Amino acid sequence: MSGLLGRLPGGLGTAGGAPRLTRWSTPVLVAVAVVITFAITSGPILLAGANPFAAYGEFLLVPLTSRFTILEVLVAATPILFTGAAVAIAFRAGYWNIGAEGQLLLGAIAAAGIGAAAGGLPPFVVLPAMVVAGALAGAAWAFVPAFLRVRFGIDEVVTTLLLNPVALLVVNGLLHGPWRDPVTGFPESPRIVAAAEFPTLLERSRLHLGFVLAVVVVAVAWYVIARTPTGLRLRAAGLSPHGARFAGIDVSRTLLGAALVSGAIAGLAGVSEVAGIQFRLTSGLSPGYGYTGIVVATLGSLSMPGVGLAALFLGDLAVGASSAARALGIPSQLGAVVQGVLLLTTIGLIALRRWRGGAAVRQRRDAASATTPTEGDR
Amino acid sequence: MTDDLRVTAAEPAGPDTVLELRGITKRFGDLVANDGIDFDVGRGEIHALLGENGAGKTTVMRIAYGLNRADAGEIRVEGRPVEMRSPRDAIEAGVGMVTQHFSLVRPMTVAENLALGRSGGFRLDLDAARRAVADASARFGIRVAADAVVGDLSVGEQQRVEILKALARDCRVLILDEPTAVLVPQEVDALFATLRRLVGEGLGVVFISHKLGEVRAISDRVSVLRRGRMIGTVPGTTEERELARMMVGRPTFGVERAGSGAGADAARVLEIRDLRALGPQGVAAVDGLSLSVAAGEVLGVAGVSGNGQTELVDVLAGMRVPVSGSVQVDGTEIAGLPPARVMAAGVGRIPEDRHASLIPDLSVAYNLVLERLADFRVSGRLDERAIRAHADELIERFSIKARPDDRVGSLSGGNIQKVLLARVLARDPRVIVVSQPTRGLDVGATEYVRAQLLERRAAGAAILLVSEDLDELLELADRLVVIYEGRIVGEMAVDDADPERLGMLMAGREAAA
Amino acid sequence: MTFIFDLLAATLRNATPLVYGTVGETYSERSGVLNLGIEGTMYAGAFSGFAAAALTGSPLIGLLAALVVGLFSGAIMSFLTVTLGANQHVSGIGLTIGLIGASEFANRLIFTGTDLQRIEPMPLLDPLAAIGEGGVLFQQYALTYVAFLVVVPVAWWVLQRSSFGLEVRAVGENPEAADAAGVNVARTRYLALMIGGALMAIGGAFFTLAVLGSFTLDIIAGRGWVCVALVIFGRWRIFRGVLGALIFSFVFSLQFRLRILPGFGELPFELLLALPYLVVILALALSGRNVAYPGAYLKPYRRA
Repeated sequence: MSGLLGRLPGGLGTAGGAPRLTRWSTPVLVAVAVVITFAITSGPILLAGANPFAAYGEFLLVPLTSRFTILEVLVAATPILFTGAAVAIAFRAGYWNIGAEGQLLLGAIAAAGIGAAAGGLPPFVVLPAMVVAGALAGAAWAFVPAFLRVRFGIDEVVTTLLLNPVALLVVNGLLHGPWRDPVTGFPESPRIVAAAEFPTLLERSRLHLGFVLAVVVVAVAWYVIARTPTGLRLRAAGLSPHGARFAGIDVSRTLLGAALVSGAIAGLAGVSEVAGIQFRLTSGLSPGYGYTGIVVATLGSLSMPGVGLAALFLGDLAVGASSAARALGIPSQLGAVVQGVLLLTTIGLIALRRWRGGAAVRQRRDAASATTPTEGDR
Repeated sequence: MTDDLRVTAAEPAGPDTVLELRGITKRFGDLVANDGIDFDVGRGEIHALLGENGAGKTTVMRIAYGLNRADAGEIRVEGRPVEMRSPRDAIEAGVGMVTQHFSLVRPMTVAENLALGRSGGFRLDLDAARRAVADASARFGIRVAADAVVGDLSVGEQQRVEILKALARDCRVLILDEPTAVLVPQEVDALFATLRRLVGEGLGVVFISHKLGEVRAISDRVSVLRRGRMIGTVPGTTEERELARMMVGRPTFGVERAGSGAGADAARVLEIRDLRALGPQGVAAVDGLSLSVAAGEVLGVAGVSGNGQTELVDVLAGMRVPVSGSVQVDGTEIAGLPPARVMAAGVGRIPEDRHASLIPDLSVAYNLVLERLADFRVSGRLDERAIRAHADELIERFSIKARPDDRVGSLSGGNIQKVLLARVLARDPRVIVVSQPTRGLDVGATEYVRAQLLERRAAGAAILLVSEDLDELLELADRLVVIYEGRIVGEMAVDDADPERLGMLMAGREAAA
Repeated sequence: MTFIFDLLAATLRNATPLVYGTVGETYSERSGVLNLGIEGTMYAGAFSGFAAAALTGSPLIGLLAALVVGLFSGAIMSFLTVTLGANQHVSGIGLTIGLIGASEFANRLIFTGTDLQRIEPMPLLDPLAAIGEGGVLFQQYALTYVAFLVVVPVAWWVLQRSSFGLEVRAVGENPEAADAAGVNVARTRYLALMIGGALMAIGGAFFTLAVLGSFTLDIIAGRGWVCVALVIFGRWRIFRGVLGALIFSFVFSLQFRLRILPGFGELPFELLLALPYLVVILALALSGRNVAYPGAYLKPYRRA
């Protein structure tokens, strides 16, 4: 199953699929994207007065040199493992969920609400309740656009996207209204009770239960997609909705299911950040983890092992960005620049691969269609 | 092969030659679509390019119009070599083309379509386009409303707009790719009248077709292509049989029919009554259609494309919900049911768009089991071993040239059709709904597909065959019905079928007999 | 009355960046490309306009800088989606992430101190001060006048009445047909996206150069996404999109004014702020299947 991304028409590429060309196989492609990205972003690094090689040393290697920073990489990878998996599942089903950010926030609201009100209950009650509620909240936020898409054919890109600012407004409404900290008056929700905090996994670290949860989610998602009939239906629906429907697959149900699961997983990212890191709801809870999920999913070629690696890589970059800021005086915002450029080079190379690799197949098909009067079907 | 000696020597083109192709070669991957083709057309001449589907007619003319680029060869217009990098080059050189898929922007008006791509001022000059329409109407008798929205026009009118577009660019040679495929006979007559006026004005016309009668009716010269090679150029008066021989290269050997058709008293397996279904524009495309097919019978549905065939097949495939009417398989109502239930009722479906009916980016093995995943599941997961064994068996049985792990999209058209055929026939359907089963396939695959269908008929399946290929219908069907504007307008046993009456019915010129 | 005039004046002011953004996005989408880079392009326009103005002391140079950044952003988007044929959603999101990151990165590099950098914002024009209260309505920034009196009519005219506009619409509806008619599809899309990018960036620069006189983080705050919604709300028509921008700004300005009135302070204004987004989603839901997207929406074009 090489080149999973190459198998997505109307997906991340354009149409058709990529043959198994080793030169263009996904790991090579991602590595090339990383190199190009570093070449491009060496410009800003030079502007910041630093040596690009030293900077990338800080970015990539330094985080891996101490126990503390390695664990911090895992902490940083946790939310984007969730959102990356969420986005990848939806994209593979051909459902363009751009709304992971909002779904994450809804999950966070649910977790903060339950976590603060759960005084006196034991962790084995509170924690599952938060996880379930957060997943449901994320799924609920994902439901409306999914329903509109399935029922009325309304493009979900715009609707999922527009619900992100709305979710942020809901957060702010709560923080400036009923949940405003009664003591400090800051727009922060009350701290969650101790029983609602995710336990840390290791001493002297922030690594918490959320990471384990994220790994389990990614593993289960991998199993379902790669090994079960449900997963095959989801892939078929994403690759060719018409062909899938023709084969008797209920594409609407598949899309709806993928969208809700995607929303639920994004919601878990919110739960994990509230219960594992912030212990309360703040308006700055997510610095765009939902959008980063798109980077992770794309970089990971929409496969779950890929998502895992990509999340670790971006976690490494995030930790490295702050270390580079301290050591070399490069503004840590460079991390976002790298993310953006990396996403663009990856998606560009995927398109290029499809163009090159798919050329022979496409031409043969064109030759066939050139001699075949079809009814204008694509 | 002696018939290849008939090739006329590629003599230098005369002074009146408008468009001249020399040694055009084009490969698509391993497929040689054009192999050193020479062709020319003169002023005031209609030169037909004849050949079967896939012979390379369209490709060579797309190259002449800059839509494809040749791997080798030379193009000259009025003696000057021209490099055709894009249609813009072709248009500037005076070459116009009406492709099969009209190159019109449907939400725009005729005038806007005419103005598109014209060099001129920054301000859009629609009045010039309107004048061009009026002018063409006066000179060539081509009548179209300049301010009509193209999407609202009939197919024949849209074709006129395409011709107008080329004329408005002062083209000196006009290429028409299968222009009659979408027209009813009266429209064909009108088109031919227009073409005669055009050549009367000194235009050169290239007429791509695979229909012998038309080619003889309109052409001054005929060039025949076969499998990418130029077989020869002969006068337009050449006998049909001679043209057919050049086109096919050998006498077609028909498929042996296994036994006779179903008896009159055979059980009616598929019964359609008063079916109505909407087409893409929301108008009734199937409009009160009734028919029935018996066990062991092939019912052929003839008709010009766009008369409701696609919608009829969609309804039978479970892909379109009808407005009203009934579809029964062995007495079970299936109208409006989703594909899974339609299949469960015993219907096998092979629509004309085989690519869209499979998942091209999934493997052959997965595609073969996609309709029945429940049968390939062990304790919640996919039974990969059974899936593979199933694929191996069907690949063997239907002689598909592919491995189980190959992507369906990477296969040839014939093998894609075999995959679909295998998926359907492996389930022993009681009813088979099949549309344009051999379109675009090579001779071998065509014969294979037809033989498989006849084998099913012998085994007692009821087969509804929709085809635009009359020869195919005559070869396979026991009984023919003609569909026109969503209704069955005529019926006949295949042995009584006479082309003239069929043609009249297909043109809607005769009420149900 | 003062309240009403103030409200209407604020509506026009708040609509200005949306008008630039919506017209810019309309051009992109009519050519067949959904440009989700709009949020980042507006952000980069806001920053680059401010930075150039702060460094040179000239708001006009700031405007020029924003324009150049917008053209550049449109060119990147074109390269990805037109030349390479990359997925449009993901390219747009990547462009937005990258441009926001780059703006904030540059902001940290250039304006190192902790003090908020300020420039003298563009002055308000007040041509009708003499007529009294109603004159407030015309007390607007030059960029607002340009938006409504120049950009909108010219953009409409070019799209509907020029041969370039015809080509833009044609490559967005049926690139094969446009190609066959001799239109250079890639060039037309590049131009449409670059013009669109320039307009978006100017819309962003309006905040820093005119309204605020300073650059703050999260300055665009999702307005780019609003423009994407408005384009669809306006069914890809310039005037309808502008009307949508006016309605959105009216609600936005209204809640802003109600908030400071006594007795309204405790209302959940976030809900009101969310209303415009929800209205657009509702409008989409209601028009649903009848939405006539450009024929080649999201489809790259490549000749065989």
